[in-house]
Amino acid sequence: MTIVLETIGLAKQFGALRVAHDIDFRLEAGARHALIGPNGAGKTTFVNLLSGRLAPSAGRILLNGTDVTGLPQAERVKRGLGRTFQINALFKGLPVLENVALATAEHAGFGGEMFRGIGARRDTIEQAFGLLELLGIADVAMRPVKELPYGQQRLVEIAIALALQPSVLLLDEPAAGVPSAENRIILDVIAQLPEAVAVLIIEHDMELVFRFAERITVLVQGAVLVEGTPAEIAADARVREVYLGERHS
Amino acid sequence: MDAIISILFLGLAYAMILYLISVGLSVTMGLMGFVNLAHGVFAMAGGYITVTLMNRYGVSFGMALLVACVGVALLSIVLERSLYARLYGAGELEQVLFTIGLVFMAVAVVRKIWGPLPQPIAVPALLSGQINLGFRSFPTYRTFLIAVSLALTLALWLGIERTKFGARLRAAVDNRRMAESLGINTGQLFTLSFALGSGLAALGGGLGADILAIDPGYAMEYLVYFLMVVAVGGLGSIRGPFVAALLLGIGDTACKYLVPQLGAFFIYLAMIALLLWRPAGLFGRA
Amino acid sequence: MAVDSPVAQLIHAHRLRPIELLPWVIGAAGYFLASGYLPLGSQIMIMILFALSLDLVLGYAGIVTLGQAAFFGVGAYAAGIYAVHVSGEPISGLLVGAAAAAIVGVVSGAIILRTGGLTLLMLTLAITSLLEAAANDATALTGGNDGLQGVAINPVLGLFDFDLYGRTAYLYCLAVLFFAWLFVRRLVHSPFGRSLVGIRENVVRMHAIGTPVRRRLLTAYTISAALAGIAGALLTQTTQFVGLTVLSFERSGEIVIMLVLGGTGRIYGAFIGAAIYMIAQDQLAEADPIFWDFWIGLLLVLIVLFARGGVLGLTDRLFLMMPRRR
Repeated sequence: MTIVLETIGLAKQFGALRVAHDIDFRLEAGARHALIGPNGAGKTTFVNLLSGRLAPSAGRILLNGTDVTGLPQAERVKRGLGRTFQINALFKGLPVLENVALATAEHAGFGGEMFRGIGARRDTIEQAFGLLELLGIADVAMRPVKELPYGQQRLVEIAIALALQPSVLLLDEPAAGVPSAENRIILDVIAQLPEAVAVLIIEHDMELVFRFAERITVLVQGAVLVEGTPAEIAADARVREVYLGERHS
Repeated sequence: MDAIISILFLGLAYAMILYLISVGLSVTMGLMGFVNLAHGVFAMAGGYITVTLMNRYGVSFGMALLVACVGVALLSIVLERSLYARLYGAGELEQVLFTIGLVFMAVAVVRKIWGPLPQPIAVPALLSGQINLGFRSFPTYRTFLIAVSLALTLALWLGIERTKFGARLRAAVDNRRMAESLGINTGQLFTLSFALGSGLAALGGGLGADILAIDPGYAMEYLVYFLMVVAVGGLGSIRGPFVAALLLGIGDTACKYLVPQLGAFFIYLAMIALLLWRPAGLFGRA
Repeated sequence: MAVDSPVAQLIHAHRLRPIELLPWVIGAAGYFLASGYLPLGSQIMIMILFALSLDLVLGYAGIVTLGQAAFFGVGAYAAGIYAVHVSGEPISGLLVGAAAAAIVGVVSGAIILRTGGLTLLMLTLAITSLLEAAANDATALTGGNDGLQGVAINPVLGLFDFDLYGRTAYLYCLAVLFFAWLFVRRLVHSPFGRSLVGIRENVVRMHAIGTPVRRRLLTAYTISAALAGIAGALLTQTTQFVGLTVLSFERSGEIVIMLVLGGTGRIYGAFIGAAIYMIAQDQLAEADPIFWDFWIGLLLVLIVLFARGGVLGLTDRLFLMMPRRR
């Protein structure tokens, strides 16, 4: 199997505080990979390192074989990396459609166009609208994002990530805190993602994790505790110890 | 050699005044994240009150300074509670505009009441003339200025390091949410530190009336210098502005004296260089 | 696709609306109806152009700067020096002003745009102050404190002489503003312009969708500098003089006030704000200059507290309160 995303000895520290220890991680093409661990384990930090939002203190990151460790976020996105944020990163004052259309335009290489109006590439906007339809929020397309309830805002967040047509998709707790109606939509969309796309999902919902994941990595205090198939993880005593007493949603 | 000592001396006096005035601004901006361009108004008010009390009412120098300091501090509390508190969450542009608006208003009022000319300062007889420090004679007032400023600075630093108030302040500057969750009343902390900073600024304005002339343009003209000291020193830092004030104050004096044609450039070039090297300030956090 | 579809709506939001032609109707009418006020009219249009340039970086891209006067001043001096030493031809003078300002813009932008907040603000102030000090010192070239005198401008297009009543100047400024407006309008309604808004609204998200944020901002900054430079050049050419005040902090502050008064990020805020400010200043500041400062200060405070969107923001709110005409 080809490895589309790999980290070698990835580490990050803020002064004396180590938030990532020597992480060796591999994501295969078409993977359905979950990253779990207790709160504060450094899961979001890891995703920030992968996407380029944080620069590592040590180690390397390889995307489709290319060393992207020194590359800024935008470059990694161009090379096929997409992500959602744990806390929505949306353009609150802009209409839902434009939120996604900015992403489709950028992906089409049309984002920097200065002299033709946005109507010149109507196809990028229609693409964006198509994504809204896929996620069931087409009816609020022209409403400003800040007017939407949290669940629908989360759907917009997912739509933007999908708009980039990534080959590697990082989902940071996509369904957390989302009401059941939108939750179902999100899970359906994730389930229907193209097989070619490699997906890494951070989640706390163990039901979702065990239903979705083919491989699971457990992160504790910034280091990989164990990695394996869902069955192996469920049977691992260390994992149960870490989660002892922890109720899942 | 003699010239160098003079420059250092004058520069040090200038730096001390800059520091006294700017340290409050550093705390305000670091603690409350509030771009307060009206900070110079406190220094200006301190200067005007001191000078007016002395000239028109014959109040002694020390007493005038004290009244100015306390008066401005109290005034700043009223200002903070009634107006500033509304804008803590607002964007940077809003804060800039709001505080510039306050400066315009204050400057206009001052100009109307006191007129456009600089206020004459009568340095008390005790502090005028020259004083012999052993190896050389220096102007007494400047010496007094440096001594008092250093003493105040030391008191401030000890206060921040050793008192509970100081500990709470440092915690809140470092991480406001965390401090709040520890039970620290940040609202009260804001108001108190704002008052402290404004009072110090007023003292600086009054003490430094000799160096930074007290005229209606004060709040606007010298604003750039205060902001420079804070930006270069690092927002929220107490030590940072001290180093920055020394660098900028002594550097500016030296350049204006030694290379008059390029004198004005130095301070801006130095600031640009320093800020590009350390955008968060010398002692700031990135 | 039905006309009402969301895709169509998003695109149609950028179409030219009839009311957008109002400024030009007023501008043309002004020529015939306000013939005694043509010099003021020219100054207003220069300030509108200056405010437009600021709107691009401040209103659209969200870069808080107090250093726009740097570009205005560089453009003004460049055009003046060009007229004195090279040629009095006005249109090439504008291009010289634009080019000089653009160079300062791209160089300073490349250096300072990686910072933000107070640091960026300070750097914009420092650069303007540096340039002001330089202009003060380079007396041979700039006239120093006394300013650059004897800036003689040739007739526009070789045909229209600058007359005493300011008629040529007015139409000249009107034409330049018109083309600038066309350009800015196009820019703002393009994907580039929308991406600036995106950067302003959520820069983290823009990075995460692959936008080369720094490049976009630098481009916007440079274009804005060029436009401000043209405004400065216009000032020089219409008043035949350049003084140090073109590089002052007051100049930067004033233009921010004008833009905020009208409303940022709206193009027309620049028109409304500059017009109101200049007219008010013309009428009131003469009477009592001290209280002019006071009222401006109060205005700023009130705008921030109650009317963040400026005049256009207020008209928006009024519009929302009116019954729909559907």
